[in-house]
Amino acid sequence: MSSPSGEAKRPASKGAGVYVLGGLALATVIGAGIFWFVTEPHPVSDERLAAIEAADADAARGESLFWAGGCASCHAADGAEGEDRLVLSGGHRLTSDFGTFVVPNISTDAKAGMGGWDLKSFANAMLAGIGPDGSHLYPSFPYGSYIRMSDQDVADLYAFMQTLPASDEINAPHELNFPFSIRRLVGGWKFLFLNNDPRVELANADDQLSRGQYLVEGPGHCGECHTPRNLLGGLKAAEWLAGAPNPEGEGIVPNITPGGPDISAWSASDIAYYLESGFTPDFDSVGGSMVDVQKNMAELEAADREAIAAYLKAVPSHPNGY
Amino acid sequence: MTVRTLITAATFGLAAVVAAYAAEPQEVRQEMMKQVGGATGAMAKMVKGQEDFDQAKVIEALTTISSSMAEFPAQFPEGSETGMDTEAAPAIWEKKDDFEAKAMSLKEEADAGIANPPADLDGLKAMFGPLTKSCGSCHETYRLKKEG
Repeated sequence: MSSPSGEAKRPASKGAGVYVLGGLALATVIGAGIFWFVTEPHPVSDERLAAIEAADADAARGESLFWAGGCASCHAADGAEGEDRLVLSGGHRLTSDFGTFVVPNISTDAKAGMGGWDLKSFANAMLAGIGPDGSHLYPSFPYGSYIRMSDQDVADLYAFMQTLPASDEINAPHELNFPFSIRRLVGGWKFLFLNNDPRVELANADDQLSRGQYLVEGPGHCGECHTPRNLLGGLKAAEWLAGAPNPEGEGIVPNITPGGPDISAWSASDIAYYLESGFTPDFDSVGGSMVDVQKNMAELEAADREAIAAYLKAVPSHPNGY
Repeated sequence: MTVRTLITAATFGLAAVVAAYAAEPQEVRQEMMKQVGGATGAMAKMVKGQEDFDQAKVIEALTTISSSMAEFPAQFPEGSETGMDTEAAPAIWEKKDDFEAKAMSLKEEADAGIANPPADLDGLKAMFGPLTKSCGSCHETYRLKKEG
């Protein structure tokens, strides 16, 4: 029986180098395999796509989803007002730590926009972050929130967007820093951060609170700006809605949990009135990127604004995330 | 130097500091915005049905907005970009013409309301929406949200 010390004294042979090289090669192959597996796009299941296609879609209902989802805020041309907000020609430049995202044209133009997309392609973009060619979309498009949307709402929104005008505007590609320019890496981001779990657990939620949770965590995608992110661009789950540095420059995005310095003294009806009118309880007004979001919120049914307010009063309080 | 002289000097010194401080443009413009907010609130309470329509109060509010806007753009001299919790965005100095035009446009809207004041609540509602759109359209570009 050889002792461990006896083994350690065994002279190194040429064979050891081969083993090391072989081991490295194997590790590389395994690593590449894991990378490929982890970063692979996972489309929406056939069953779910069938359910979405079977839904009785209604464009009028889809319009309220369009405003709740804030589509025009990014996809309409900069400075668009009134009816022009329905022309989703893209072109807005979203700056981030990873580079600049140039918002695509999602109008009904078959060539420049997504006029050629069927409902399945649309559902894959909204719910799985996958483009019609099967590749990953960057999460600057907030499918990390839209993933929570219902089959019916996806079908309704698609129906409404088919009614919108076409724009033949062709936009520049994203200007991202290496390695974020490698699209396949988005699969790793999804592996780490993409799921449709509730952001918070609310005990004994009534219908209004559940509706508010759905709107804020799903189509409204409020947390995409109001929650701080980690270095890889994932939302810090434990600081849900705690506020964050302004991704587009100086300043901050406010903490909208009940612990936020601005909102802590607001009643639910103050929050609902702010979303409707843009006025804080002391008649300061909405500013920054929220101006456009508030215009969207003003288009919702009053009951939906009240549901959002109820949810914001019910979420766990956090200190500022900025 | 007597104690009295010291106290007198200290008092005058303090007064000078306070006067200089109060004259800082950051403070002046913040106070103006508070006035405009108060005037807006007075009208909003009528629009929301929390208070009865009162034409005299509407004219008073519009006058506050008009006179504040007349002076407002002048409160952003070079050198007042930072300090005193200012939420002024750098865009004010980058696009000064547009910034001034927005203030003047709000002033003109308020002046039009003073010249032809709403006779009843419906008239106020019709004026209030378009008038207060100016708040957001200016704050969208020219105000930063700061920690606080």
